Amino acid sequence: MTLQFNVEGGDFARAGYASSQIKKILKEIGVDPDVIKHVVVALYEAEVNIVAHAYHGVITADIEKEGIRIVLDDAGPGIPDIPRAMERGYSTASPEVREMGFGAGMGLPNMKDNTDSLDIESVVGKGTKVTMYNKFE
Amino acid sequence: MADSCPYYRGLQILTDVCVGCSHCMRSCPTKALRVSGGKARLHLDWCIECSRCYQVCEHRAIKVMDDDFGNIFNYKYRILLVPMLFFSQFGDGIPQKTITDIIGDLGFTEVRAVEQGCDLVAEKLNEYIPDSTVRPVISTYCPSVIRLIQVRFPSLIMNLSPYIPPLEVTAQYVKRKYENAGIPSEEVGIFYVTPCVAKIASIKAPVGGYTTPVTGCINMDLLHDKVLLKYKRKDFKENGIKVSLEVSRNGMRWSTTRGEKHAMKKYINAMAIDGIGHVMEILEKTENDELDGVDFLELRACDESCSGGILVRGNRFQITADMHRKSESLPDKIPMLNEYRELCGDSMLLGKVEPRDVKRYGPDIDLAIKKMETVRKLRAELPGIDCGSCGAPSCEALAEDVVNGERTIENCIFMQLKYEKSGSLKVKNVVDIMEKIWGKKYDS
Repeated sequence: MTLQFNVEGGDFARAGYASSQIKKILKEIGVDPDVIKHVVVALYEAEVNIVAHAYHGVITADIEKEGIRIVLDDAGPGIPDIPRAMERGYSTASPEVREMGFGAGMGLPNMKDNTDSLDIESVVGKGTKVTMYNKFE
Repeated sequence: MADSCPYYRGLQILTDVCVGCSHCMRSCPTKALRVSGGKARLHLDWCIECSRCYQVCEHRAIKVMDDDFGNIFNYKYRILLVPMLFFSQFGDGIPQKTITDIIGDLGFTEVRAVEQGCDLVAEKLNEYIPDSTVRPVISTYCPSVIRLIQVRFPSLIMNLSPYIPPLEVTAQYVKRKYENAGIPSEEVGIFYVTPCVAKIASIKAPVGGYTTPVTGCINMDLLHDKVLLKYKRKDFKENGIKVSLEVSRNGMRWSTTRGEKHAMKKYINAMAIDGIGHVMEILEKTENDELDGVDFLELRACDESCSGGILVRGNRFQITADMHRKSESLPDKIPMLNEYRELCGDSMLLGKVEPRDVKRYGPDIDLAIKKMETVRKLRAELPGIDCGSCGAPSCEALAEDVVNGERTIENCIFMQLKYEKSGSLKVKNVVDIMEKIWGKKYDS
């Protein structure tokens, strides 16, 4: 089953929409609650990243028997130094974003902790593509 | 779906009274109700005994089950555990002493405030919460909330407090006190005056590995009316009923909203929420890990907590105000707290709480994904106005019922129009379909 969601940069009110929709579906098909929690936490972080940093993005989730693959493809500034962005506490978020309670530099590390695999490709000035996978068993 | 369910049924739909108006179906927070054959039908697995359906039923077609009052006389010692809000229902109109005399006249040998157990629960929670690795800890006070978590938020079962609620502590105290006095347990009947259906269910079918010492429930409205009647008719005598209504300030406030929150130490960040819709909202947030820095959640299914229970007579706001006023002059702890610690301190654990029927599309994930896809397709075809004419509470619920083989897509009035237009459905078929759902609500 494939689901798609659009995300707009700066729209914090809608950040979390895709994760709550996917949570609902995973609950209904009977996925282990613990797995769902990890998926939701990772996806929420990724969604907020698009809202906070990019102009717009598309989230595509593929749900299969074995697990869920989520691709977040955005048009935005890109990440110049991915290893650095993976460090806990490192953040490039603007003061406005931090004032809203986001931008603590825990996004990418948190995503890594909550997924079975996390892959980030980025082109500076064009955008970022994050692929995450969580197994159901 | 009716009788195959192992869960205790605290509410019953009286099919001879029900007119199938669907008000209950629209109010159910877990979408556990449908209309078919002109009657409301309850999906027992999904019912959390919140009693919203009872509150909105204009036809009094939903009945609260109760134990026969006469059962109390099967025991030589008849102990009544009373929530303090029972007394607040009468306002200042009837003195507490008169009420306990009437309770004695009704046949009880002892009356005890159920909130005596609160101080010990508060002690345990204040010790446990700061050390808990799982946050927020969720209170086990409201049984309807526990059931909601079992049915809709199974991932939060691990957040539930490991301790039994105060009612069970007080019941244990009574049981052990009589045991220690050498009285055989079969001579002791412990009865609880309940303000709601969820508490009845929690005693008839406790969650966790816990066995309750409570013998039976007395519905609060029934007892209120019995007391009021005897008072009005002056039909009672002073008697030797043993009375122990000592409660602490925290105990008196416990059953009201923010009661548990106030009993928590300052370093515990506690949040108190009442009303089933608000509770669901906060559980969603908790499940998404969006509640940063909250250590404890006090959650109550009823608006104004237990004062808003469906078996409570009188106005819930006045009752709460009365209890808050009374609480101000009360001590910090009950005088017999040490005895409570000795008799109950080592047996406060609730046991493991299991999830309830969360796999809506069966145990096979592959099949469930396929069903889910079909639901989404159907959902997109349906009008999305949630009119309820199909006998399900929403278009989404209809789509789910269709996939589970419990209903057909032709139950939707908009789909009927579409099929009539294309010629695949005749007016007669439509009439048959609608009568199957709603019964014959008109002549010929």
